[in-house]
Amino acid sequence: MKKTISDINKIKEDLKLSMSIRKGARVVNETIGSEKFMRTVLICGSTGCASSHSVKIYEKFKQLVHDNKMDDQINIVKTGCFGRCASGPIVMVYPEGSFYSQIKPEYVEEIFNEHLVKGNRVDKYLHHEQRDNPEIKNLYDVSFYKKQKKIALRNCGVIDPENIDEYIALDGYQALIKCLTRLKPQEVIDIVKESGLRGRGGGGFPTGNKWQFAKNAEGKIKYVCCNADEGDPGAFMDRSILEGDPNSVIEAMTIAGYAVGSNQGYVYIRAEYPVAIERLQTAISQARDYGLLGSNILGSGFDFDIDLRYGAGAFVCGEETALMTSIEGNRGEPRPRPPFPAIKGLFGKPTLLNNVETYANIPEIINRGSEWFSKMGTEKSKGTKVFALCGKTNDTGLVEIPMGTTLREIVEEIGGGIPNGRKFKAAQTGGPSGGCIPAQLIDTPIDYDNLIQIGSMMGSGGLIVMDEDNCMVDIAKFFLEFTVEESCGKCTPCRVGTKRLLEMLTKITEGRGTLEDLDKMEELCYYIKNNSLCGLGQTAPNPVISTLRYFRSEYEAHVVDKKCPAGVCKKLVTYRITDRCIGCSLCSRNCPVNAITGKIKEKFTIDTSKCIKCGACMSACKFKAIVKE
Amino acid sequence: MGKIKLTSVDFAGTKEQEAELRKMLKELKGTEGALMPALQKAQGIYGYLPIEVQKIVSEELGVPLEKIFGVVTFYTQFLLNPNGKYDISVCLGTACYVKGAGDVIEKIQNRLDIAPGDCTSDLKFSLNATRCIGCCGLAPVMTINGEVFGKVKADEVDAILDKFKD
Repeated sequence: MKKTISDINKIKEDLKLSMSIRKGARVVNETIGSEKFMRTVLICGSTGCASSHSVKIYEKFKQLVHDNKMDDQINIVKTGCFGRCASGPIVMVYPEGSFYSQIKPEYVEEIFNEHLVKGNRVDKYLHHEQRDNPEIKNLYDVSFYKKQKKIALRNCGVIDPENIDEYIALDGYQALIKCLTRLKPQEVIDIVKESGLRGRGGGGFPTGNKWQFAKNAEGKIKYVCCNADEGDPGAFMDRSILEGDPNSVIEAMTIAGYAVGSNQGYVYIRAEYPVAIERLQTAISQARDYGLLGSNILGSGFDFDIDLRYGAGAFVCGEETALMTSIEGNRGEPRPRPPFPAIKGLFGKPTLLNNVETYANIPEIINRGSEWFSKMGTEKSKGTKVFALCGKTNDTGLVEIPMGTTLREIVEEIGGGIPNGRKFKAAQTGGPSGGCIPAQLIDTPIDYDNLIQIGSMMGSGGLIVMDEDNCMVDIAKFFLEFTVEESCGKCTPCRVGTKRLLEMLTKITEGRGTLEDLDKMEELCYYIKNNSLCGLGQTAPNPVISTLRYFRSEYEAHVVDKKCPAGVCKKLVTYRITDRCIGCSLCSRNCPVNAITGKIKEKFTIDTSKCIKCGACMSACKFKAIVKE
Repeated sequence: MGKIKLTSVDFAGTKEQEAELRKMLKELKGTEGALMPALQKAQGIYGYLPIEVQKIVSEELGVPLEKIFGVVTFYTQFLLNPNGKYDISVCLGTACYVKGAGDVIEKIQNRLDIAPGDCTSDLKFSLNATRCIGCCGLAPVMTINGEVFGKVKADEVDAILDKFKD
């Protein structure tokens, strides 16, 4: 049913107290007792935790609560991502703030009986940091969260994404109300401009300017688009926002529509994200039901609606012009700019296109003011950035940090350092479009301009940490394989250039490269970068350029010494059996090509001419007698 | 962008499927940018997009068939060939190959009378050759709907496939 502004405010007031508990507010128990729910259990239902049975855990809790007739005392909520995917599935119990990690469905009954019924925390299932340190009262006190500042992810892991009321309870749609009742479109744009927000999809273009261009463009029909075609390997910020807090994007797009003068929005989302699609659909229909989308929104006279369009598995469609070409029903090939989308975009009409994370910041900026936002961050990069931290750190997951945080803080403090006593070698940001940050630059404050200066880029937020066991030539080759596969083929520098680049890299990793190849590669990178039509081609050489810049000696080792120092490039490593061998013959029995021979109880040997370097012997050996060099 | 390959499976669409498709297309006609959602829904109905289905889409939406074919072949999620009920992958990585994966895949091809990348006409089996799947100790390796079969010999192929009769 359609709601008025006072209805919305009433929903907010009614749920305020029980929701504030989830943000870690210390409410005295008596107060909670008077509330509808004594206890709230939050269970992550996002893709990461769901793949390790969190939905089953949720259903089991629900069933137990129901069977014990405690529905009016315990509230079981399925939320979006908490960010700490390495500890999943995560179960949080409030008001205590107990952080249970890596929970299995079979633990549920014990937690229910002991904690929810009797009130005794079950320490053995708690996250180790909270178990070992009584000072840690809440999830947000553990080291992974301490340095984080959640703006775009403010509601992820806090609210039920399938219940619009919970979004409303935490100031949801207040920004839209403020815009429709108290701000002129130009005033909205001025706030966004003054905040200093820049595009979070990777480019870093000032968001307010983009809005201004779209507003200034002539035309009766304009479109507002959201880019949810998150395709970088290892990046899942946008998915988590859409799974955990879809209403924040809907509200922001509506505000954008009001500001630039558009009545129709499109979200282009990749079909590989079924959970995000489902939650977004639910949120859109709930918003329509409340009259927060559709005609005459909240009685303001302003009309705006949102439709979804699905990608079909083409990375290049994350590029803005390719995305619009795809929505129009064509092969998703980019088109030359100018004209820019703000002038001539979707269906030839002025179009505003922002990324999911950019939109998620908007309601908070409107609610709290541009000054609040621009106080965070560095001189030219304001606010926060979400990164998907993965690779060789002890903790992995989603982290949102103020701009200007150093890579060292992310890796060592938030990520808990490198496992197995290995050393940090480099971090890759920006995925296949970005570059690497070597150990000597680990103290660089992360912002748009610093990253560009050191030869990488912010990108959409993938952050892959590498240790000494990673070969940088191999990493560059991995990303090039990706861009070759995903190049749309429209322009020659990208289609042919990336392929030739990959051939040279393959030659080097197989020990057939020459020093001349390194110079040729650099020259080719330059041509691809400067002559490709769209962002995909223009940035495709970045992984090669930056690894050549910081790890040239590693390339030279492959070319001159025919060695892979990290022991990754198969053709360049040899396996050898050392004196630790006791002659058990296990390796020889596991060798798929019969390259290992020897007498029982004597040292075995590998015939390197037969060896295909599959490593089966090394993993079979119980005495660590086989080395790779 | 991979090589374009039309299906070897005879089209077996039903009247009901066609009626559903035409109805859906009539609803979509006139929507701006209808082609992508139309193809996604058509694939939902048939499981893949053979040329016969593309022709119906072309008729109903008034979009030239060559354009539709261009769009279908651009996106990796649009399939020109159906996936069989049982999807067989044979690893042709070095370890598997030297241990006789070539003989294994040849045996499967002969028995099912399809080439890698194809599907049998009864839609029961599809066959793919894959790169190393990382269990060289079990070479040669094949998987059927994710279930792993290790140290497969060519003369064991019949017995394995017989397990997937229904």
